[in-house]
Amino acid sequence: MMAEVNEIAVRVHGLSKSFGSVRAVRDIDLAVAQGEIFGLVGPDGAGKTTIMRMLAAVLRPDAGEILVDGVDVVAEAERAKLHLSYMPQRFGLYEDLTIAENIFFYGALFGVPRGERIARSQELLEAAGLLPFRRRLAGQLSGGMKQKLGLICALIHTPRVLLLDEPTTGVDPVSRRDFWAILYNLREGGVTIVLSTAYMDEAERCSRLALLHGGEIRHCDTPQHLKAAMPGALLAIASAHPRDVREAVSGKPGVLGALLMGDRVHVRVDDAERRIPELRAAIADQGIADAVITPAEPGIEDVFVALLGEEKPHEP
Amino acid sequence: MFERLSVMLMKEFLELRRDRWAMFRLIVPMILQMLVFGYAATFTVHHVTTAVLDLDQSQASRSLISHFAATSRFDIIDMATNQREITSDIDHDRAVIAIVIHAGFSRDLENGKSAPLQVIVDGTNSNTALIALGYIAQIVANFSTEQAASRVFPSRSGPAAAPVVGISLQMRPWFNEGLNERWFFIPGVIGTLTLMQVVSLTAFAIVREREVGTLEQILVSPIRPVEFILGKTVPFFLIGLGDIALVSFVGIAWFHVPFIGDPWVMLVGSALFLLAVVGMGLLMSTFSRTQQQAFALNFFLLNPFFILSGFAFPIAAMPKVLQWFTMINPLRYFLVIIRAVFLKGVGFAVLWPELGALALLALIMLTISVLRFRKSLD
Repeated sequence: MMAEVNEIAVRVHGLSKSFGSVRAVRDIDLAVAQGEIFGLVGPDGAGKTTIMRMLAAVLRPDAGEILVDGVDVVAEAERAKLHLSYMPQRFGLYEDLTIAENIFFYGALFGVPRGERIARSQELLEAAGLLPFRRRLAGQLSGGMKQKLGLICALIHTPRVLLLDEPTTGVDPVSRRDFWAILYNLREGGVTIVLSTAYMDEAERCSRLALLHGGEIRHCDTPQHLKAAMPGALLAIASAHPRDVREAVSGKPGVLGALLMGDRVHVRVDDAERRIPELRAAIADQGIADAVITPAEPGIEDVFVALLGEEKPHEP
Repeated sequence: MFERLSVMLMKEFLELRRDRWAMFRLIVPMILQMLVFGYAATFTVHHVTTAVLDLDQSQASRSLISHFAATSRFDIIDMATNQREITSDIDHDRAVIAIVIHAGFSRDLENGKSAPLQVIVDGTNSNTALIALGYIAQIVANFSTEQAASRVFPSRSGPAAAPVVGISLQMRPWFNEGLNERWFFIPGVIGTLTLMQVVSLTAFAIVREREVGTLEQILVSPIRPVEFILGKTVPFFLIGLGDIALVSFVGIAWFHVPFIGDPWVMLVGSALFLLAVVGMGLLMSTFSRTQQQAFALNFFLLNPFFILSGFAFPIAAMPKVLQWFTMINPLRYFLVIIRAVFLKGVGFAVLWPELGALALLALIMLTISVLRFRKSLD
């Protein structure tokens, strides 16, 4: 088959999985184009890890189809494993082995020829800045270094699709930035990345997002479109007493939600023009004099809360 | 296939080498237990505390008592003067056995009648009691033979007395002429220690990888279950062989247990036994999700395998249901093999049923392990 531009790298149709009476994933459809960095965003228990494991062929779905790089993951799990790579939340490094030995081991498991394995691990170690530490035991690495080593092990067989389950949870900000630099490089090379994250700033870096809740995809679009689709308008109210401000505006007519963001309150309203004077009055009534109201650009967190927060809790 | 298996083995070997305590854990407990059990595992009873009440006070009664005093098996701790003292000795654990010679003992002997001797035994330790009773029976039998002889041939004078037909039992045990119990127990200890060591090591092997999270990583690779299982099996198999060689050496060099059999029979028997044992450990591993579960399972199963192996308690004397259970116990077969090789020197021609049973057990357990080890996390 000829590779077209925007070829679909991951296609999921009608995917479902239950654990006992808990329906962890309900009838999910997804299409991820080649070269995308696709984010699964959602609260804990939304089904992110379950979806990742099914995509990675380590968990059998109850129903549905998964195609990764054109291979049917459900029917041909073993063949699909050569096309994809999966990095669980906690990468299973052998702590008694050195960095180099871990890479060598995982390379061999994936059948990477010896010569290629050495060349590629050299290249990946260099890119991750781990080359000077290659003789260090994995158990003695920092959290960020472990995560990078996990990524190298996951990339040693040059997968076409990379699945990352909350890859930067518990990693310091500098290491996270390095980590993302590696991901962008990979995308340049045509690797498709599907990652799950609970960090909203990370979600914003994705080309497209699926907002998950209760095992279902509620919204799926680019971060820009999701922001635009947010119902109402966002106002930022700056004050030295943000908690009092939130107290003052909550429940007022036209207020859809109020979210504390540091020293400001993000208030979502149905109509900015109409509500700004009303809110100003309500805040003044509470004796808060320093409040400054300005229209704000919504972040993905605002969108997330707006889109998922106003829905009724899901009926099981 | 070979590449992945060899890299699995390389990994296991490296982990073992980096583990500073590994060698210590694999060798020292085995040798220590071998030494301890080698000395402790015995049914021989020595220095049984004994109280004596001699109500006859005759030459014959004193002669009988001296028979008891002469052997190191009995320590006479009290020459009692009445029945109450005897009871008190037993109640207070001062004596395990009390011998009461009633008045009229020597008169009955003189008259050629059977003279009763009362023996009181503390039955709370029935094993010691039974064995001690056996010794008493022997001593008494010797004594009465002597007494009978002295009556039939009071002197050399006089015409030939009526011929006495006596039966004398000439015992000549085969393979272990001294009936040295250590010879019987030490091969058993070798098998038992190996079983415990290798089953525990193997049972934890896969569970540990599951807990640390490396199993999930291995599952996403295209490794085949057979490769993974073999990668886990071979190291423990080799460790087991090393352990058997080590403790056998201790048994032969330190305890002087003879090894008259063919080392090849021993090697084949050990190899089949280890395969079955490793299979057992792997099977347990596939039934456990956490190391705690593996530990509980290990604890639950190892004792029955030990008790129901024929190590100390004869299988033929067990209830039928338990006898059937022993059929799936690899230790049962290995004990037959190792004792036969050490002491009897018999070979394949005799031991093939046991060797075959071990091979079958190994095949079944390893196959079930591979089948149960699905490459899946659910």
